[in-house]
Formats: sequence, structure tokens, C-alpha cells
Amino acid sequence: MKITKLIKSGIKNLAINKMRTGLAVLGIVIGIGSVIALVSLGESSKKAVQSSIQSIGSNLLTVLPGFTFSGNVRGAMGGAQTLTNEDAEAIKTSSRITTVKSVSPEYSGRAQIIAGRNNTNTQVVGVEPVYAQVRKISLEKGSFLTSQHLTSMAKVAVLGPGVAEDLFGEGVDPVGQTIRINGKNFLVIGLTKSKGGMGMDNQDDRIIVPLTTAQKQLFGVKYLSSIALEAKSEAVMTQAQNEVGYLLLSRHKLTAVEDADFRIMSQEDILQAASAVTGTFTTLLTGIAAISLLVGGIGIMNIMLMSVTERTREIGLRKALGAKKKTIVYQFLTESIILTFTGGLIGIVLGIGGYYLYARANNAVFSLSFSSVFLAFFVSAGIGVLFGWYPARKAASLQPIEALRYE
Amino acid sequence: MKALDDISLNINQGEFVAIMGPSGSGKSTLMHILGALDLPTGGTYLLNGQNVGLLSDDQLADIRNKEIGFVFQAYNLLARTSAIENVILPLDYAGVPEPEQYERALAMLKKVGLADRLSHPPNKLSGGQQQRVAIARALVMNPSIILADEPTGNIASAQAEEIMAIFEQLNDDGHTIVMITHEPDIAEHAQRIIHLLDGKIVKDGNGHKRRIINGKAKE
Repeated sequence: MKITKLIKSGIKNLAINKMRTGLAVLGIVIGIGSVIALVSLGESSKKAVQSSIQSIGSNLLTVLPGFTFSGNVRGAMGGAQTLTNEDAEAIKTSSRITTVKSVSPEYSGRAQIIAGRNNTNTQVVGVEPVYAQVRKISLEKGSFLTSQHLTSMAKVAVLGPGVAEDLFGEGVDPVGQTIRINGKNFLVIGLTKSKGGMGMDNQDDRIIVPLTTAQKQLFGVKYLSSIALEAKSEAVMTQAQNEVGYLLLSRHKLTAVEDADFRIMSQEDILQAASAVTGTFTTLLTGIAAISLLVGGIGIMNIMLMSVTERTREIGLRKALGAKKKTIVYQFLTESIILTFTGGLIGIVLGIGGYYLYARANNAVFSLSFSSVFLAFFVSAGIGVLFGWYPARKAASLQPIEALRYE
Repeated sequence: MKALDDISLNINQGEFVAIMGPSGSGKSTLMHILGALDLPTGGTYLLNGQNVGLLSDDQLADIRNKEIGFVFQAYNLLARTSAIENVILPLDYAGVPEPEQYERALAMLKKVGLADRLSHPPNKLSGGQQQRVAIARALVMNPSIILADEPTGNIASAQAEEIMAIFEQLNDDGHTIVMITHEPDIAEHAQRIIHLLDGKIVKDGNGHKRRIINGKAKE
């Protein structure tokens, strides 16, 4: 029997019970569709995290304070007050540090911002002018902070595009306007370019103010929440990490590395941590999708088994007319492959469509993972073979005489 | 209890044999063994000198395809499938090329008088017409034997006569026919009538209507 003829007769048989065929296909559609949509979604959120972290710069090291302790309970990472302006100053000036180009001490905290009738709650970062270079910030409009602003504790602010839009509306130039941060008036002197980014760490939703102003006027603190370091090159990252680490240990009067009350993370470390989180999420979602695909496959097997039972007499007749075992196997396998193939195709279209709509609605990157499409396609055909095999074997091994007698 | 017991039977080429007997007499089992649908638990069945009991599943399928043509009481045509497609089925299993399939199936349907019903599915045909499609299907591979299991059992008597006329014609053309029936007047169309009872042959004799004269059946 030729393949085209097999496919034709398969379609004819499947068309007999359209409702049942449709429901069986639907199971595969849902399975394949969700695999494609979720895998693509996971991949693109991973890429988004990576690109937002890489946009900060690959020569960057970040010194974070260690854990806080209250009694024996270890608190959140970065919550301690162990990093000071003097630490930053020491890194800048110490003769033991040979591989660090720039040092950017930072203090960040959340504050309430008001401009006219609009108000928002966002991250305010106190920095020195070198911040722009270390964090690779470029300006859309106006100018960045100067050392003048730092020494005079000036109430000036540079807005991220996200905050500017929240406060002044889209396309309005905020430079020269006044905003209130925790009740104090600040003059907007600049607007940064959009860098993109996601979730909690969105760099476009920041307000940058002089470090002195942030520490003394806004938050009343004497410590830093982080120190960003720019290494001289990517090659000396590890050396820089060691130099700074030992300097800070001796400054904090600690001897053992395990006792360190700070942590130095490279972008790679942060990237790995973030990838681990999104990776786990993707795996979880894909696992759920795979289960629905499996259930769809079992649905196919169920339909095929029913079909074998219903068509026992037909199978007996075909055998009486000279059909060999493999002819019957091919006939039933063809039917189940047609089912899963159709389901797979529709599922791919719906999965890509659903993902596209999601990406558009959330302004996320639409980056289709072709490997997942390929995979889904072959998996769906494979499910047809796998779950069609048993019913097909069952049909083929029926004794012709019993099959003919079957009522 | 054995369905068939101590059966010794020779059927020659060109014979038209009717097998009669009450239900449970073993006539269906005999038919299935002759048709290679079932194998005997003891003894041998030689078809054209070949011991059918020694063949593999695929070889049995080949025998059923090429050597035997079945005609069933319930016609057993594929539903939703046109008359000609039904006749083509055995040709397809035999691997006959497609244009030839159509020609041979068409010739057979003409022979049974259904040239104008080629594309009709079974549910658009009368019982007699369906059985004629089944006969065309049984003949299309030009088999050694045609096995008919109560071929007129589901058919009104006027049409039954037409079916029997076709069988007589086929026999006149040299086809070997073995037919099961429990109706004596249908059995009378055969040259030879075998009576079974409790799995044994109790009578093996000539039919009344048709006699063999000079190698040809005559009324």
C-alpha cells in the first residue's frame, strides 16, 4: 500500500467520528502549544535578564554588605551596615589596590516622590559622579552630577526615563522641573537613556542624587549599600576581587575569609544567580507542559484502542482478504500519527501565537526558540508512534476468524 | 468435543460443492480451515499440494489473498467505501500497480452486472447488489477456490436466484466453488453435496439438478 493511499484512508477513517477525533487532537494541541509557549517564554525572560545585567558592564565588581544577625538568626544578605564611605575611600587610595580603575560608593533606598499632582514610590540612589562611568549611564537630556554637587550637598536629581514618565507624562522634558523627594525639593538636572531591564532591578525606574545628599538629607545614614568597582580589564577581575577582599578584611579587623562581613560579586556571579532562578522557573513550566503533552498522548492511545475494538470485524475482513500483519500495523499507526501531527501543527501555531500576544501585551522580547518548535514537532509525531504502537499491534495480532465472528 | 472429527475430503479443480448440516455440525469450522482462516489442531490440509498448516502468518495472508476468494453471508463490505474501492482492496494487498487495479476491478464489476454502480457505497446498494460486489471482490485475484458462507442467507429469494446463477456461470467458466448452506434448494445448484453432522461427514453425493457431462455441468 502506498503512503498517500494510507494517509487518504487514515483521514477517511478519522473523519467518521469527527467529535472524537477533534477531542483527541485537542489534547495534543494543548500539550504541544503549552510546551512551545512556555519554553519560548522562559528562554526570552532568561535572555532579558542576561541582557539587562550585561548592559551594566562586564568589568564591574559589586561589593555588598554581609548578613545581618539578630541573635542567632541570620537576616537578609546585604542588610548589614558594614560598608562605609571610608572603605570606599581606602579602595580608591590604597597602594595595595593596583587593578581597580574606578570606585563608586552608592547608597540606595526607597522614597516617595511627588511632582505636581503625580506621585510615585521608587528607588533613590545616592552616588558620586564616577557612577555614570562605572555603571555605563548615558544621558538623554541635561547633565549628570558634578563633584560640586557632591561637596555642596546639592538637592539635584537625575531621573530614569521610567520615573520621568510616571511623574511628568510621556515625552515631557523634566529637566528644570522641581520634584519632592521625601518632602524635600530637588531640581531635575538630567534624564538618563533607557537601558531596559525587568522586575525589581529596573534601572529605568531610578532617581540619582548626590551621595552626600542621600546619606545626610534623605535617609540619615552613615553607611553604604554597595560599592561598585570597575576593574582595569576583564582579565584582572579575579585579582581585583582578591585585592579588595583582603583590604576590606584587614580594615574590618578580620582574619579569616569565612568571617567576611561583605561579599564581592562579579557580573558573572549575578548573572549565574539570576539564570538559576529563571532556569528553575522554565524547567518547572516545561515540566507541567510536558505532563499535559503526556496526557494528550494517552488520549490518543485511548481513542486508538477504542477504534481497534470498534473495527474488529473490519480488521478480520482485511486479514481474510490478504492483509499482512504489518499492513494492519501501518494502517493504525498512520491514523495515530495523523492525529498527533495535526495536533502538533495546530499546537505550534497556537503556542507561537499565544507567546506573541503575551510578548506584545507585556512589551517583552519576542524571541522564538526554533529548537523548541522542532522538538515539539518531532515529539508530537513520536507520540503518535509511541501511543499508536500498542493499539496497532493489538489490531494486527487479532486472529482473523475471531475478528470476523466479533459482534 | 471436537468441532470436526475424522474428516477426509478431496475437492477437485472445477467442482461446485455444497456443504450442508444443522448448526453446530462443524460446517463453519470446515470452511474456515479450507479458507486458511483457522488451522486444524490435527491432520493436514493440502491446498494445491501445499501443506497449509506449516505456513507462517504472512504466507497464510498470501494464500488468503491469492488462492481463496471469500463470500460471506453478511457481505462484509467496507462501509463508506465505494463498490470499486471494495473490489480493489485485495489487489492493493497483493501489490498490483494502481492503473491495473482499477481495470481489473472494473472488469469484475461488469461481470457481475454492476458496471453502473461503481462509486456507490454499500448502504446505497440492495442486499443482492452488495453480495454481487462481494463476489466481484472474491473473484478479482482469480483464486483457486471461491468459498461462500451462506451467500444467500440475507437475500430475498428472487435475488438469491440471481446470485446462484452467477455462481453457476462461474463454475461453468472453470472456477472451483465451495458453498455452505442449510437451504436444500440452494444446495441443489451444486454438483456435489456433503452433509455434516457432529463434525463427521455423513453423506457425500451428487446434487440433483446439475450433472457433470463431458467435464461440463449440465441441467
